[in-house]
Amino acid sequence: MTFEPTRGFTGRARAADRDPRLPPGQYDAGDGWPVLSAEVTPRLAAADWTFRVDGLVAAPRTWTWDEAHALPASEYRGDIHCVTSWSKFGVRFGGVSLDTFLAAARPLPEATHVVAYAHTGYTSNLPLSDVTGGKAWIVWEYGDEPLPAEHGGPARLIVPHLYFWKSAKWVAGLRLLDRDEPGFWEQNGYHHRGDPWAEERYAGD
Amino acid sequence: MTDPQTPREPFVPPTAFAVPGRIEVSSRSAAVWQRATVVEIRRETPLVSTFRLKVPDWQGHLPGQHLMLRLTAEDGYVAQRHYSIASAPDGSGEIELTLDHVPGGEVSGHLHTVAHVGDTVEVRGPLSGFFAWPGDRPALLLGAGSGVVPLMSMVRHQRLAGLDVPVRLVVSARTPADLIYADEYADETTVVLTRSEGRLNAAHLAPFLGAQGQPEGGWEAYVCGSNGFAEHASRLLVEGGQPVDRIRIERFG
Ligand SMILES: Cc1cc2nc3c(=O)[nH]c(=O)nc-3n(C[C@H](O)[C@H](O)[C@H](O)COP(=O)(O)OP(=O)(O)OC[C@H]3O[C@@H](n4cnc5c(N)ncnc54)[C@H](O)[C@@H]3O)c2cc1C
Repeated sequence: MTFEPTRGFTGRARAADRDPRLPPGQYDAGDGWPVLSAEVTPRLAAADWTFRVDGLVAAPRTWTWDEAHALPASEYRGDIHCVTSWSKFGVRFGGVSLDTFLAAARPLPEATHVVAYAHTGYTSNLPLSDVTGGKAWIVWEYGDEPLPAEHGGPARLIVPHLYFWKSAKWVAGLRLLDRDEPGFWEQNGYHHRGDPWAEERYAGD
Repeated sequence: MTDPQTPREPFVPPTAFAVPGRIEVSSRSAAVWQRATVVEIRRETPLVSTFRLKVPDWQGHLPGQHLMLRLTAEDGYVAQRHYSIASAPDGSGEIELTLDHVPGGEVSGHLHTVAHVGDTVEVRGPLSGFFAWPGDRPALLLGAGSGVVPLMSMVRHQRLAGLDVPVRLVVSARTPADLIYADEYADETTVVLTRSEGRLNAAHLAPFLGAQGQPEGGWEAYVCGSNGFAEHASRLLVEGGQPVDRIRIERFG
């Protein structure tokens, strides 16, 4: 499908010199970091934060804040993309690779998908392959600072190669399943996977 | 550290976040871009205008829902942003958006300074059923600035459909000149002018919370505006006793 141009619209950035880091339909939010959550920001103390891996794993486990911090540190440096059309370049998140947590819990062979769940009850579904192999982290640092509460602090999941609604804030755990089970936004009309490069925004894309 | 629970035992989060199963979102219509024609542009305040769009295949919406609007340049460059729907669902095939003129803003700037009646833009939607009010439960609406837009859709719906269910709107604006839809407010609305009386506070909400202020079954609260306002207003609601799982928030970024 092709589109007729909007009369008089030139756009701020030209298509030719569009930043190659920008997926289709996105714009550069620059220094801004919009907050997009539909829930009340919980006041969750680090001491009360826990992270659990359960479902189809050989050894379900729950980590406390201190136990999670004792794991080998890992960071993500790169870009993030939100379905509401902004992208943010060159961010740094510090935490622990999800692989480390999963290795300890030992996924069963039949596990194919995960549901990430938050301390607020928010959920989001992902194929297991999207959160393994160095593609996902549990993070508590943004830059050199603790992750702000409105951005998911004390700790959130990040899956930076997918739209950011997959990166559950205030993450409480991951449940491994042998099927895909739509989460909060996925039940509300959003795409099941959310690849920004394929513009998988809404159901039907 | 390995705990004794069985692998399949579900985790129950400490607070339940209300996923409104009662709202059906048509993802079919949301997936399609449609050409919309600007049929009217109405100034609301010096920095805010309402754009009335004719969308031939509009499938309807619930008050509170938003859409995605896209502009395309000659060379194929596109810019798209989300906008709440201001009008009530009325089956007219036309919808209204109300936009702040954001300084330096790419999309709002174009619509405010270049667009005129007869131009076309593209829209897809309606999107997201979470921040939507079908008119079924008492609604306490808190909005600031252009955050009043999806809430006005709810108020208009209540009036147009002649619903008995209580609706209360608390709208915050800097000065009277910044108040969007000023002529339309009636008894359901409390206006908070922040320049003269300071920002929204517990006293503004007190009449609606607590044992006396609550309608039967309590309020479904909807908060919309900048993130700063959303954080502040939602905290006031929680402190006033409104259950967290009955507060829905739309942040404009
Ligand atoms: C669900 C939802 C509903 C919404 N509903 C409404 C609504 O009903 N009404 C409404 O008015 N808005 C609404 N918004 C906000 C809207 O989507 C846009 O964010 C807003 O209109 C600004 O877009 P813009 O293209 O005009 O500005 P942008 O170009 O995105 O700019 C935004 C800000 O960043 C600055 N900026 C960005 N890039 C640059 C740059 N390169 N150089 C200098 N400055 C820059 C701009 O000066 C401006 O301050 C909604 C948002 C969401 C998520």
